[in-house]
This record gives sequence, structure tokens and C-alpha cells, in this order.
Amino acid sequence: MLCLNKAGTRLASTMKLSGRIIPLLGAGLLMSPAAAMAEGMPQLDFKTPLTLSQVVWGAIIFVVLYILLSRNALPLVASVLEERAAKISRDLDEARAAKATADDGLAEADQATAKAKAQAQAAISAALNEAKQAAAVQAEALNARLETQLRDSEAQIAQARASAMSALRQVATETAATVVTRLTGVSPDAGRLDNAIGSALSARGIG
Amino acid sequence: MAAEGSSSIDALGQFQLHPALGAIGGSVNFTQSNLMMVVAGLLVLALLWVGMKPRAMVPGRLQAAAEMGYETIMSMCTETIGHEGRKFFPLVFTLFFFILFGNLLGVFPYFFTFTSHIMVTLALSLFVFLLVTVVAIKEHGLHFFSYFVPKGIPVALAPLMVAIEVISYLSRIISLSVRLFANMMAGHVMLEVFGSFIVMLGGIGLLGYFPAALSLGVNTILIGFELLVATLQAYVFAILTCIYLHDAVHLH
Repeated sequence: MLCLNKAGTRLASTMKLSGRIIPLLGAGLLMSPAAAMAEGMPQLDFKTPLTLSQVVWGAIIFVVLYILLSRNALPLVASVLEERAAKISRDLDEARAAKATADDGLAEADQATAKAKAQAQAAISAALNEAKQAAAVQAEALNARLETQLRDSEAQIAQARASAMSALRQVATETAATVVTRLTGVSPDAGRLDNAIGSALSARGIG
Repeated sequence: MAAEGSSSIDALGQFQLHPALGAIGGSVNFTQSNLMMVVAGLLVLALLWVGMKPRAMVPGRLQAAAEMGYETIMSMCTETIGHEGRKFFPLVFTLFFFILFGNLLGVFPYFFTFTSHIMVTLALSLFVFLLVTVVAIKEHGLHFFSYFVPKGIPVALAPLMVAIEVISYLSRIISLSVRLFANMMAGHVMLEVFGSFIVMLGGIGLLGYFPAALSLGVNTILIGFELLVATLQAYVFAILTCIYLHDAVHLH
């Protein structure tokens, strides 16, 4: 209690109140152990003023500590933590923006690729069509030429055959006449010979 | 912590208060308990001031420790009390670290544990109790007293229930203070007793060396246990303060 007058602050005067309550309560709550251990326990030795003065000094120290912590030290920590949180969220925003830009670029690239692909496809199919058409025209021309050649050849063959066929009757007639003359010594009648040759040839499907 | 004589164990002498800081401290009844409070407070401030000095984006060890302490208490406040918890954060932070550093400093030899004094813990718990009550009345006015009337009880039982509720509300002062005080005192008495065993048994001679070494082993384990208790009790005090503040703000 001695130091209370010396401290003389408002704080100390508030502690005076609790300073009175504390021994009352303490004595009331711990009466039974106090009776048994009053001599033994220095914590309950109220003969010395130190037991209560430490509470008053403790209150002063606690309040000073509270003021220093709440006014100075804790806001210091809070400012650092806020700074960090702000920086982190700023960095995150930046990263998000960068990602958006990258995504846009990627989409653009994708689009360009798709466009280029489509263009290339179109060019390929156009070229293919053109080549097909050209090939078709060429093939047609070739066909036509071959056809005419074929027709010409066929006509030549037919002509050659016809001439060969007309020569065949004459050769057969002459041969038959010669053979008959050699066998019989008499040259055959031209009209009968011609008839016989004609029927023989027609029997073989020629002439 | 030293035993006074080799024949008897003075387990409670370590809690004796002495004036500190020489003649000036003696004249204002400044005790070694208060000196440890100042040391604890300075350590808390040093942790934050020195730790946060680099203001680094990627924190070093000390800065990480300071930030972890800040964020742990902050989440304790907001999760237990609700969004109003931010208002009480500096107070819970001060309470937690004041008690934690007080408890931890006490583990060092020749240091004093100010939380082993019932008057100190009682003052702290009384302060919490008064704060909680003031907050509750400020927040809810006279409606606060409905806190003592549980919902849906028969009228006949109401007086009994209200009496029980009031007693349980008042007993917070005792439970909060005695829990911390008793834990700290018990641990230090145990340390003192086994420490004295080492000296006494070691003094007997050859026969005493083995039990003395055993006591040393027990004390080593107790120191580790004491570190756990120191942290746990500071946490319990802080979290109970948060829970009481939650009740005060929300009335259940």
C-alpha cells in the first residue's frame, strides 16, 4: 500500500480498489488452506507489504505493457502483415492479368492456326480438283485419238480383208482350172467352175 | 532454489518475496516478482520490436516467431469471440504473452515465477472477470442478467438455477486464478524437492550417488514437463478469457 501514494496515478487509484478487494477475496477463498499453510506459504504472508505491493506494481507493469503493445508493437506487426497481404494480392492480380493476356494470345494463335489450316485445305482441294480436271481432259483427248486410230486400223483391216477375199475367188478358180486340166487334160467349163467355186466358198462362209 | 540445510527441505522458501533494485526498489516495495514482470514485458516487446525490424516480405526466424504469435492470438480471438474479437485482441495478446513469459522465465534457475503467487493470478483473473462483466453490461444493459436464467426451466426451479448460475459465474475468478497459480507452484515445489534430494543424497557419500543421479533425472524430466505446463497454462488462461468474452458479447 505504501507505493500507492508514491505512484499517485489514476491507474494506481483504480488498483487501490482491487487492492482492497484482492486480500478480502483471497482471504475468503483460501481461508481453509490459509489457516493450515499461513506460516508455510509465502504467497499468503500478508505480514509483509511485498505480497500486495507486487500486485500493484504488477498492475502498473501490465498496463504499461498493454499500452506499449496495443499502441506500438502490435500495429507494427499488423502493418507488416497488411503490407505482405497487399503485395501478395497485388502480385496475384498481376499474375491473373498476365494469364488473361496469355490466354488471349493463345486463343488468337489457335484461331490463326485454324484459319491457316482451313486455307491450306482449300488450296489443296482446289489444286486437286484442277489436276483431276486436267487429267480428265487429257484422258479424253487421248481416248479420242486412240479411237480414231482404232477406227482407221479397222477400216484398213476390213479393206485388206475384202481385197484378200476378192483375190481368193480368182485364185481358187485358177487353181481349180489348173488342177482339173492337169487331171483330166480338158479345161473345165468356166460357168460350172465358177458355180462350184461359189457354192464351195459360200459353204465355208467366205465370199 | 537452494535448500537451506541438508537436513530439511525448504520447498516454499523460493516463493519468498524480496525487495529488488536495491534501496530505491526497497523504498517503493518493488519486489523481485515485479522485476521478473518487467523482464517478461521487455522480452515480449523485444520479440515484436526486434523481430519485426527487418519488415521482410519473407520473414526470418525471429520475425516468423513474432508473426506466428500475433496470428495465433488473432485467430484465437476471432474464432472464439467472433468478429468482435479484434477489439479484445491486444488485451488477450498481452495476457497470453505476459503469463507465458512469466511462466517460462520461472523455469530458469535463480529466477522467480511471478505466476506462482496467488495474489498476482487473482488480480489477473479479477481483472478479466470485471472486464467481462463490464463488457456484458455495456453490450446488453440490464438484459445481461438474463444470462443467469437458463431458458425453458420451470418457474419453481428458477431460484435454485439462478443461484447455481450466479455461483458458477463468480467461481470463474477462483478457477482461473487457482488453476494457474497451483500449476506453477506445484511444478516449482516438485523441482525444489527433487533438487534438494540431489544435494542431500549426494552428501551422504557413495551410497547416495545413485538415488541422487535418479533425482537429477527426475528433475530433468520435470523441467521439460514444466515447459509444457508453462505454455499450456498461458494458453488456457488466454482461451478461457476469450470464451468468457464470447459469453459477454453473445450471452450464450
